[in-house]
Amino acid sequence: MIRRLLIAVLLLGTPSPHVLQAAGGPGTVVVQDPYLELRSGPGRGFPVFHVVDRGASVELLRRRTDWIKVRDGDGTQGWVHRVQLERTLTPGGDAVALPGPSPESRLEHRWEIGLVSGDLEGANVIGASAAWAMTPTLLLRADAAQTLGNYSNGWLGTAGIAHLFAPQWRVTPFAGIGGGVLYVEPKATLVQPEDRTDTTAYAGLGLRGYLTNRFLLQAEYRQFVVFTSRDDNEEIDQWTVSFVYFF
Amino acid sequence: MDRQLRVLLLSGLALAAALPARAQQAPGAAAAASDTPQVVEPRVERREVNPPGLDTENFEAGLFVGTVSIEDFGASVSYGARIAYHFTEDVFAEATVGTAEAGRTSYEDLSGSAELLTDSERRFTHYDLAVGWNALPGEVFLGGKRALPSAVYFTLGAGSTRFGGDDHFTVALGTGVRVLATDWLAVHLYARNLAFETDLLGDNKLTHNLQFTFGLTAFF
Repeated sequence: MIRRLLIAVLLLGTPSPHVLQAAGGPGTVVVQDPYLELRSGPGRGFPVFHVVDRGASVELLRRRTDWIKVRDGDGTQGWVHRVQLERTLTPGGDAVALPGPSPESRLEHRWEIGLVSGDLEGANVIGASAAWAMTPTLLLRADAAQTLGNYSNGWLGTAGIAHLFAPQWRVTPFAGIGGGVLYVEPKATLVQPEDRTDTTAYAGLGLRGYLTNRFLLQAEYRQFVVFTSRDDNEEIDQWTVSFVYFF
Repeated sequence: MDRQLRVLLLSGLALAAALPARAQQAPGAAAAASDTPQVVEPRVERREVNPPGLDTENFEAGLFVGTVSIEDFGASVSYGARIAYHFTEDVFAEATVGTAEAGRTSYEDLSGSAELLTDSERRFTHYDLAVGWNALPGEVFLGGKRALPSAVYFTLGAGSTRFGGDDHFTVALGTGVRVLATDWLAVHLYARNLAFETDLLGDNKLTHNLQFTFGLTAFF
């Protein structure tokens, strides 16, 4: 009787191969779906060439965008989508969190980075922008741009705040104010070419619309007042379109 | 024996009759149970664990070399660097800088001595910021055993080109092929058109400067 009990305890105590792997590394998860699909590349178009059954564990190797490369017990490596991996558990039974976009991220994101292109009083504008969402309706933002015109080239850097009127809408209007520095380098073909750096302030209005849970498109008009060293201040208009990534 | 069988049968019938009654009673009983507070409330708190040490590789950086055909100034060796950030499997942003030394125009060659540009003005330097789309993802098959992930991508960017002593607003339109030799190393063949307006040779005109490059980038 005691010997039989001993054998049963030994049998139960002997870890199955899956449990052995589960104890393997910190980046190991246990499959909870009926099966986990492994693709040959990090994209939805790549074929599923292998499946890992429920209860088996896989090791997480690296992540690229929404795809995670995993290795199963046999050493087979493939790419799994983040959403499917979120339905796995750690060997300790905890849910696996893999940060990624969701519809909530439209309202809850903290950072935005964007590419800006447009027109500043006839000159082309190309630049980059960044913003920090203090609250869902208030953005602290900064941008730097190069201006390329027929008569002058230059640089424009600004910082300011913007208020979003209805960030929960798919398209929302916003208004912003800010200040910055404008550096202008007139082309040498003009008389009296003189580089100048002036401070400037702006007020603007715009529209932004979500393209996906990660991207938005933003159009903005800004009126700048350039505080020149001459008698009169200069007023210039800027129209831009930005492609913005938020996270 | 006969009596035993009858007792068994009767008790079986009684059990069968009682069971549905119990089943009907059950919801009410459960509702009553939920009204009374439990002494110990089961509290299952699911922790979320971010897998430690999972390397996220969305950046791609590398060098390229190739040729750029500078309109009116011949084709020259072009080289530079690019860095890209992959937002999703479809969309990425990329920044490129490159440089080349422009050749001489036919006019300069035929006239013998007339130089249109100084040496420093002949330096063709461009940068741009672009958005890219992995339009045709796929695989490249090498022999019978190896399949390498690949993508044909299109990019649209804007930037600036310094050439002939002036900065020009430049629109860069490109298409390329990326093949992943390993998980982190990519090989690129990239063709772009760097288009900008210039009045270098008198009239203002739009020039198209075609660039073909071979590049190696690493994901990190």
